[in-house]
Amino acid sequence: MPDKVVDARGSYCPGPLMELIKTIKKADVGAVIEVLSSDQGSAKDIPEWVKKSGNELVYSEKDEAGGYWRIAVKKVK
Amino acid sequence: MSKNVVIVGGGTGGTMVANHLARTMRDEINRGEVNVTQVTDTADHVYQPAFLFVAINHARVKDYTRPQKSLLVPEINLLADPAVKIDPSTNTVTIASGKTLPYDILVIATGSYPDFTTVPGLAEAADNFYTADGSEKLRGKLINFTGGTIITTIDVPHKCPVAPLELIFILDDLYREMSIRDKVNLVYTYPIGRLHSLEPVANWAAPEFEERGINSEIFFNVESVDPQKKVITTLEGSQVPFDILISIPAHRGAQVIQESGLGDEDGFIPTHRHTLKAEGYENIYVVGDATNLPVSKAGSTAHYEADVVAENVLAELRGLTPTHFYDGKVFCFVEAGLNKATYVSFSYTEPPAPTSSTEMIHWFKLAFNELYWLSARGLL
Repeated sequence: MPDKVVDARGSYCPGPLMELIKTIKKADVGAVIEVLSSDQGSAKDIPEWVKKSGNELVYSEKDEAGGYWRIAVKKVK
Repeated sequence: MSKNVVIVGGGTGGTMVANHLARTMRDEINRGEVNVTQVTDTADHVYQPAFLFVAINHARVKDYTRPQKSLLVPEINLLADPAVKIDPSTNTVTIASGKTLPYDILVIATGSYPDFTTVPGLAEAADNFYTADGSEKLRGKLINFTGGTIITTIDVPHKCPVAPLELIFILDDLYREMSIRDKVNLVYTYPIGRLHSLEPVANWAAPEFEERGINSEIFFNVESVDPQKKVITTLEGSQVPFDILISIPAHRGAQVIQESGLGDEDGFIPTHRHTLKAEGYENIYVVGDATNLPVSKAGSTAHYEADVVAENVLAELRGLTPTHFYDGKVFCFVEAGLNKATYVSFSYTEPPAPTSSTEMIHWFKLAFNELYWLSARGLL
């Protein structure tokens, strides 16, 4: 279970990744943040940033029925 | 019994809602059936997008400042007396002078402010063009600059997400006009893996950067700044020196929201994305930057939201069901230098598609800087 869910569906600007960065900065180390995104670019953008920033991707999956992605990130540092 | 509508906040959203309501309900107000009260922090209204132009000495703050009273339909009761507490359990707003205002319907339009304390060293080291004082202070540095590195940094959330790009393009043009562009290193940074959150805008900006020799660094999230050595350290591990640091720091919701316990950890109010009601409250609407919605914090957002909120408040006052819904609409001009501009328009379901920049769109933007006052009055 994620510690916090960020519903960024329908967000083009600032966008799901920016919403994630905002939330993860405030989170405690070890917290898992789940982002809901209707933008398929998030499936690429978010893992890319997670790797670059040294955090950990927990899962990235598409909710086929809802047409959106669930991407969870663990704050490592 | 008369019904009281209280609007807290004197920016774009609050002013538009107040005027729209009072103009439509003029007769009811004059008969004493409805009272519309607007509570603001100051007696003046400032057009914030002008700060970008103030910073390069193309505008003056006083030219974009008007008395709030002059923008309002006369039937609105204006109290330039800051709200200090909102109490939904008693449906009251307390203002600094100690007076308590009861409301039947509350509209919160308290905006956001740049918080320079969120990153160590930032407050001492950074300049900005997001406040009146900041843009006037920055003006002196920019127009007297003789060479070196100017860097822009961005934190989230922040308002007007295209402004940093606009600034860098405008500085490129400015220093070309001043014939010192070859001595100025312009560095634009961005938190994620491209030049702008909106992918079409990032794709539009990239070749412009290449052509103009604007440097950039992506995945750039500032962790700390050393004001003495003038060096930025990022979360991603970069260390970058600068001569002028222009920062757009993380924004926070208004103090009154934080102190009334109505906001999230950043002071933004959980808000329904379509009805614009504060989550958990049937008689509180939220407009503009004050919401926690994942849309741009921008004047146009507040404008489109204000139309929805005003119509729904009107419906409720008349015993009707609110039938207006916000669709996430945002419209932003994007200045591409001193003489050309483009624009983006998008919603929750429609992605943006910027066109090529033109001189005509630039003139439209300059015209809107003057037309804004009609928008605030609820006429445009």
